[in-house]
Order: sequence, then structure tokens, then C-alpha cells
Amino acid sequence: MTTGTSATRAALPLADKLKPKRVTPTAIEVDQLDFAYGAKQALFDVNLELPARRVTAFIGPSGCGKTTLLRCFNRMNDLVPEARLTRGAIRIHSADIHAPEVDPTLLRKRVGMVFQKSNPFPKSIYDNVAYGLRIQRGRRSRVQLDEAVERALRAAALWDEVRDRLHDSGLALSGGQQQRLCIARALAVEPDILLMDEPCAALDPIATAKIEELIAELKRRYTIVIVTHSMQQAARCSDKTCFFYMGRLVESGDTQQVFSKPANPQTAAYISGHFG
Amino acid sequence: MKMTKYNRSAEPKTPALFAAASRPVFGRVFECGSAGLLRAATYFVLCCGLVVLGDIALKGGRTVFQAQWPFVNVSFLTQAPESLHVFEYAGETHEMGDAQFRAFRANALRGAGRAAEPSSPNISGEQGSAVPAIRSQSYVYAAGGIWPCIVGTVLLVSGAMGIALSLGIGAAIFLSEYAKEGRFLRLVRLCILNLAGVPSIVFGLFGFGLFVNFFGWNVSLLAGWCTLAVMVLPVVITAAEEALKAVPSGLREGSLALGATQWQTIRRAVLPCALPGILTSSILGIARVAGETAPIMFTAAYVVRDKLPWEVERLGDFFFQGVMALPYHIYVVSTKIPQNAYTARVQYGTAFVFLAVVGLLALGSILLRGRLKKTYTW
Repeated sequence: MTTGTSATRAALPLADKLKPKRVTPTAIEVDQLDFAYGAKQALFDVNLELPARRVTAFIGPSGCGKTTLLRCFNRMNDLVPEARLTRGAIRIHSADIHAPEVDPTLLRKRVGMVFQKSNPFPKSIYDNVAYGLRIQRGRRSRVQLDEAVERALRAAALWDEVRDRLHDSGLALSGGQQQRLCIARALAVEPDILLMDEPCAALDPIATAKIEELIAELKRRYTIVIVTHSMQQAARCSDKTCFFYMGRLVESGDTQQVFSKPANPQTAAYISGHFG
Repeated sequence: MKMTKYNRSAEPKTPALFAAASRPVFGRVFECGSAGLLRAATYFVLCCGLVVLGDIALKGGRTVFQAQWPFVNVSFLTQAPESLHVFEYAGETHEMGDAQFRAFRANALRGAGRAAEPSSPNISGEQGSAVPAIRSQSYVYAAGGIWPCIVGTVLLVSGAMGIALSLGIGAAIFLSEYAKEGRFLRLVRLCILNLAGVPSIVFGLFGFGLFVNFFGWNVSLLAGWCTLAVMVLPVVITAAEEALKAVPSGLREGSLALGATQWQTIRRAVLPCALPGILTSSILGIARVAGETAPIMFTAAYVVRDKLPWEVERLGDFFFQGVMALPYHIYVVSTKIPQNAYTARVQYGTAFVFLAVVGLLALGSILLRGRLKKTYTW
């Protein structure tokens, strides 16, 4: 671990070669999507295109379906009994993710997720980050794991804070650090899309600022979709903003445009704080 | 307007409003009385516990411990039960275990110059006047120790808990992680609930019918393990399921979102967190399994067996041998043999050792739980 830097540099090309990624300019394409939990329809006719290597923010009042849509992207909704896609399709880099031959576990390796409530495993920091690699097929040497863990922790801007205590429990970290640990854990699997479900909802402003800086840094390599209740956060760190209301996509467009000249009066009312 | 009205009526009374005297006497007495009753009930329970434990510790301690080095009655803990012979010889009263008595008698005979018939069967009793007669009173199981019972109980408990935990945790994982709520699940839960209510003697009869007779395992460790495991399964399943349900769902989602399969999630994220809780339940299970006499008296326990469990010819025989067990030994010594001054000593000694063995087994899993808890707490 201490000889990390030189070893990392040597191993990077190899790691890059191991990434069989098909990247199209449009990362996620949502096509006429209807989605229902049992009899209760949650999403109505959503059409959306999310650009690759950009940050897209989903905003809207609680229960508007933004988290539901986010959890469709990595099929976490499969876990909810009776939740199903009733119409339409979602394509990630032009591959239909609900096609019968798709293995959700492989999908989730390419589409990482960070949850509202940070949920590190009750294991060491190291084991938390290595978790996603250890569950994959094929044996990795200790050195490879060490490198991957360091790379992920560096990418999540956590390395300098935890390098001396990698084998302490992940739960000993502060709230903001735990959330960055969860980001590092997701990045270790080397996804190309990162879904963030209100990642700062439980954090103080300083920790929030750190996560936002991190998002700005990560968008150079990852497509990021972030659900947020904070209008300022959406305005600060996203390139594209989508406003949802009552299960419908009301407006989507350039963040600057949505916030300065919203086309829809509902959007205007929401972002100016008149409801929601 | 309301204000003024309130003020007018309340003003004279205000100073006395919170004074103790303003409460009715009966209310205060009732309050104190009920609290006192509850307190008395608690103390009564405490006393019962202390009296039971103290009695066993006091009486059993006399058997298990001794005043001289090494302070523990080693032979009681390491030997098999023997008959106690009490006899007078050369004007002194002797108390001896069976083996010691035989040696003593042989010696005495040789000393009398009659070594010619050492194996004469009626030497202890009605011998001719030519030999020094040793008239002994013998008491069954009053000498020697309870080592085979300790071994038997430990074997029974560990085997039964092994079976119960592997089956129970398996079932609990299925119930909490895989099974969908519905009629089937309700049926399973009903079965588990019913199983928990069955008296232990019925389990004994069931084990006797199924394992001992139908499967033809005879009275054996294996039959005892299975019977005890079936008995303790509901406890283990229910508690393991609770422990699994208590694992935050965020951990499951976090693991699945990293591309883990459901089994990987259970194996690596859920189960380690649930283990401390499961072990807590297994402590209760241990106490129950070790303590029950009824399930093993038809299925696994021998009144007496001179061979220790590992003294078998083939490995396979290990599972098909009966063992002695502490609770059954207490039962036998207390009810199946004539009571006398010497049996109480064995009864309480056995009870004391029994409590200690159960305590040690439980302590083992408490320590294990503590270690797991340190690593896996969320």
C-alpha cells in the first residue's frame, strides 16, 4: 500500500484495457416510459436523453417519480415486488436494459449507485471499497486490489483522509466521509454511469460542498445523474436539469436555461419556491 | 373574557395547586402501594433465583470442591460412576469405589494367606469363618465421577446445535430473503409456531418412533442430535429471521447496486451482520438443548456406559452409540435408585457441574458474539 503511487502508474494502462466500454454520446435514453408499482402508476410517458460525461439533475417535489426513474436505470426497482415497466424502454449506450437476456448484476456493474442514506458495510474502509471487486469473477492479487482501492479512494477525494487507517471500520468515518466512501465503493467497480439519489440530503454544507466538488471532478470520466431536493445544488453542479411533477417529465433542458428562462409555468413556480 | 373568568376562580387556590396535600390521600396510598407490590414481586423473583442457585452451589460445591490441593474433586470430574462400598475392616469404617474395593479385598485376602481363590464370587458376603469376612454395604453410582456424562452432554449439545443452526439459519434465510409473502409463508410460520409449543416429552416420543425405531438408529447420539435439533429449531429459526430482518435494507441495496447477486449479498453483507443476533438466540438454544431430559431419555441417553464416546472401533460407530448425559444422570440418581445419604452428594454435584457446563457453553458463544459484534455493527 505504501508503494502505491509507482505501482498505480504502472498498472493504469492494464486497467484501462480491461474496460470493455461502448460509449455513445447519449448515455441513457428513456423512450415513452410508463412505470407502475402494482396498480399505482408512478411514471407517465417519460421521454428523455441524458448526455454522456455530463451531470444531469432530477428535481421535483417528493413523490414525483424522479427516484423511481433513477432506480429504473440500474433496475433496482426489480427488488420491489409488483413494480414493473408497463410500456416503453430504457436504453443505456443504445442497449435495452430490460431485454430478457440482460443480467441485472452486469448492468449494475456498469451503472453504479449512491444512496441517500450512506450505507457503508460494517467492514473496514478497505473491504468496503474492495467489495465490488471481490464479488466479481476471477481472482485478483493483493497488489491489484490494493491499487484498485487506492485509485477509487483517490477518485472519491477520500484517500488523503483515510490512507493511514484503511483497516478501520468504515462506520468510524463522519457522515460526509461515509458518503464519499460509498462513492469510492461505486467507482471501484469502474462503472460508466453513476446514479446519485439525494447524496447530500443527510450532510452538512461543508460535506455537501465536498461532494459537489467531487461531482464536478467526476463528470470528466463518468455520466452522472443526481436526484436532489436542493435547487441550488442542481443549479450549481448540473449541466442538464429535468423537472418532474406527478410522474411526468414537465421540462428538461440546459440547467442555465431551465433556471433562468423556464419554458413551463409549473417549472417556474417550483424553482422560485411557490410550491413543492 | 375566558382569561378573567379563569383568574377569578383560580386565584385563591393557586398557591396550593402543586402542593402534595392537594392530592387525595387514597391516590397517594394507592400509588405507593402498587409500586411497593411490584417491587416486592421483583425481590421475590430475585430471592427465588438466589435460593435455587445458592442451594445448588452450596450442596454441589461440597462435592465438586475440596479443602486440600488441588481444591477440585478431580476424580468426580474425571471418572466414571461407580458403586460405593462401605464396610468395616480392622475396626475402621472405609468408603471405597468399586475398583478400589476389589483391590483392597484382594490384598486383604492375600494377607490372610488365602490368595488361592481370588475370584471367588461370594467373598464379600457369606464367607466361611476361615477368611476375614468383608461385609460391605454398596450404594449404586455413589462413588467415582460423572466424566462420561459431561462428555455426553457436550457432544449432544454441540451436535444438536450444529444441526439446528445449519437447518435453522438456512430456513431463516429463505424465509426472510427469498420467500414472498403469501399463503405458503403463513403456513410455514404457523408450523414453526406450533412446533415451538410442543412439549419436550412429545419430541422424545417422536424421536423414539422415527429415528430410533423407524430409521433403526437405536438409542444413539445421532438420534439424540436429531430429536434435540427438531425441538430447538423453532427458537433458532424465529430468532435468526428476526436477526436477518434487523439488518438494514440499505446494506442489501448497497451490495446489489455494486453488481452482487442475491446470494453474494446474503453471504457477504447480510449474514455477517446478522450473526451476532443469531448467536444470541443460539445461547438460549444451548440452555434448552442441554437442559431437556425428556427428548433424550428414549433416544440417546444410557443409564450407565463404561466406555467413553471416542472409544469406538470404527468411526461410523461414533454416531450410533448411546451416551450418558448430565440431566439424565440427575434423573436416574434421583429417581431410579434407592435414596440414601450418599446419593444427594452425587445429585447436587452433578447439578452443579451441569450448570457450570451450560454456563461455559453459553459463555463461549457470548465471547464469539462479542468478537463478531465488534466487527459487524452498523
